[in-house]
Amino acid sequence: MNKKLKQSIAFATFRLLGFLVVGVLFYILGFIVYNGAGVISWEFLTASPEEGMSAGGIFPAIVGTLCLVAGSVAIAFPVGVMSGIYIHEYLRNKWVARVIRVMTNNLGGIPSIVFGLFGMALFVQAFGFGDSILAGSFTLALLALPLVIRTTEEALKAIPGSYRAGSYALGAGKLQTIFRVTLPVAMPNILTGLILSVGRVSGETAPILFTVAAYFLPRLPSGIFDQVMALPYHLYVIATSGTDIEASRPMAYGTALVLVAIVLVMNLLATATRLRLGKKTKMD
Amino acid sequence: MIETKHVDFYYSGFHALKDISMRMEARTVTALIGPSGCGKSTFLRLFNRMNDLIDDTRVSGECLIDGEDIYHKSVAVDELRKRVGMVFQKPNPFPKSIFENVAYGLRVNDVRDKSFIACRVEASLRAAALWGEVKDKLRESAFALSGGQQQRLCIARALAVSPSVLLMDEPASALDPISTSKIEELIADLKRDYTIVIVTHNMQQAARVSDKTGFFMMGELVEFGETRMIFSDPVNEQTRNYVNGRFG
Repeated sequence: MNKKLKQSIAFATFRLLGFLVVGVLFYILGFIVYNGAGVISWEFLTASPEEGMSAGGIFPAIVGTLCLVAGSVAIAFPVGVMSGIYIHEYLRNKWVARVIRVMTNNLGGIPSIVFGLFGMALFVQAFGFGDSILAGSFTLALLALPLVIRTTEEALKAIPGSYRAGSYALGAGKLQTIFRVTLPVAMPNILTGLILSVGRVSGETAPILFTVAAYFLPRLPSGIFDQVMALPYHLYVIATSGTDIEASRPMAYGTALVLVAIVLVMNLLATATRLRLGKKTKMD
Repeated sequence: MIETKHVDFYYSGFHALKDISMRMEARTVTALIGPSGCGKSTFLRLFNRMNDLIDDTRVSGECLIDGEDIYHKSVAVDELRKRVGMVFQKPNPFPKSIFENVAYGLRVNDVRDKSFIACRVEASLRAAALWGEVKDKLRESAFALSGGQQQRLCIARALAVSPSVLLMDEPASALDPISTSKIEELIADLKRDYTIVIVTHNMQQAARVSDKTGFFMMGELVEFGETRMIFSDPVNEQTRNYVNGRFG
C-alpha cells in the first residue's frame, strides 16, 4: 500500500471517529431537547411538583441546585486557590509537592459515591450539619477541589517570572507579589477552572444523595441547614421511583433539559469570564 | 558608592563569580561588558539581592553600598530593594494602568497618602522622560505603550520609590534604535541623581553612556577602568580583542 493511500485511510478513520463522538453528543442533546422542550413552560420553571411529581414544576429543585452551586463555589474557591498558591508559590520541597499533586489527582479519580458516603459520615454526622445545604455544598466542593487546585497551579505556572521579579525588585514581599500581581493575572484561568468544575459537580447525584437532597420538598430552603431538592436527584427520583413513572416521564425530560441548560450556561459563563478578564490582564 | 571586596558567587556547584573587587563611585555610570555567561548579570543582581530568589546559591566576600554590607543578617532585603532599583532586559510592566505601575512600589511599601502618590508618579514619569507622552492616559493599560515607552515606564516605576542606585540589565537590548537612544539620553540625565550600573552587550552603548567599564570573562573581572581607556587603550589583551569585536 502506498503512503498516500495509507494517509487517506488514516485521516478518514480519524474524521469518522471524530464525527462519531460529536454525533453522539448531538444525538443526546437533541434527544433531550426533543423530549423535554414540550414540558418547559413558565409554570414548569416556577412551580412546585404536584400529583406525585407527574405535574407541576421543578422550581424547588432549580433553587436547590443553584444553592448548592453557590455553596460549593464559596467553599472550593478559597480553599482550592489557596492550596494552589501554597503548592506553586510557597512549597520548596519538590517531594512534598509531588506527593500532594499525586494525592490531588487521585482525589479527582475517586468515584463520586465515595465522596457522598464520606460527606455523610463527616459533615452530616460527625460535624452535625444534618442533611443540609451546608453538608451538600461541602461534599460537592470536595469533588470540585482537585480540579480547582490543579487549574490554579497551572494558571500560576503560566505567569512569566518577569512579573514576580519586577515586583520583588521594588521591595514587595512574597504575599504582596502574589495578591497584587500574580493572582490577578492568573484569575481568569482560575475562574474558568472553578466554574467548569463546579458546573460539572452540580450535575452529580451521588454526592448529594446522602448529604442534602430531599425526595420531595415543595418549599424553598430558609437557611443553610435546610434540605433542598436538587435537579440531578429529582431527575433520578422521577425516572426510577416516582409514584407513577410513566406519567412523570415528560417531567424527567424537562428536568434533564434544565439541568443540561444550567451546566451549559455555566460553561459559557466560564468562557465569557476568561475572555473578559483576559483582555484586561493580557500578558505581553 | 558601591564596593565589592573579594566576592565569590556559586550556583550550586558552578563558580560564577571569582574574587571580584570593584568600586563604583556615587553618581557615575558603570558599564559591565563581557561575553554571554561571563557573570556580569549575576554580578549586577548581587546589589539588590535578586540572586537570593534562585535556589541553592551562595555568596562570599563583601558587598557594600554606602559602606553597609548588604549581605549582613540585619539587612532587610525589601528595604534594600527600595534603595537599589532595577530595570530588566525585557520591559516588564505589570498588567495594570500606567499610573498603577508607577505607584506600585509605593503601595507595596505602605504609602497611603493619595496626593503624595500622585506627586511621586508624576515626578517619576517626568524623570523617566515619559510624562509628556502619557499624562493624558494615565488610567490606560501599560500594555498600550510601545516597547520603548514600556521600558521608560519600568524606569519610572523603579524611580518612584526613591532609590539611590539603579541597576540596568541590558535595558535596551529588546528595543529599536530610536527607543534605545532615548534610554541612553535618559541614563545621561539620571546620572546626576543616581548611581547607575548597566550590563550591556552593545560596545558602542557602553562607550557612549558610561564613565567606567568593567570587562568580565568566565566569572572574572579581567579589566576595570575609565571607559575611554578600556575602549581606546586597554591594558589586557583579552579586553582589547573583545572591545574590538574579535571574539565574544
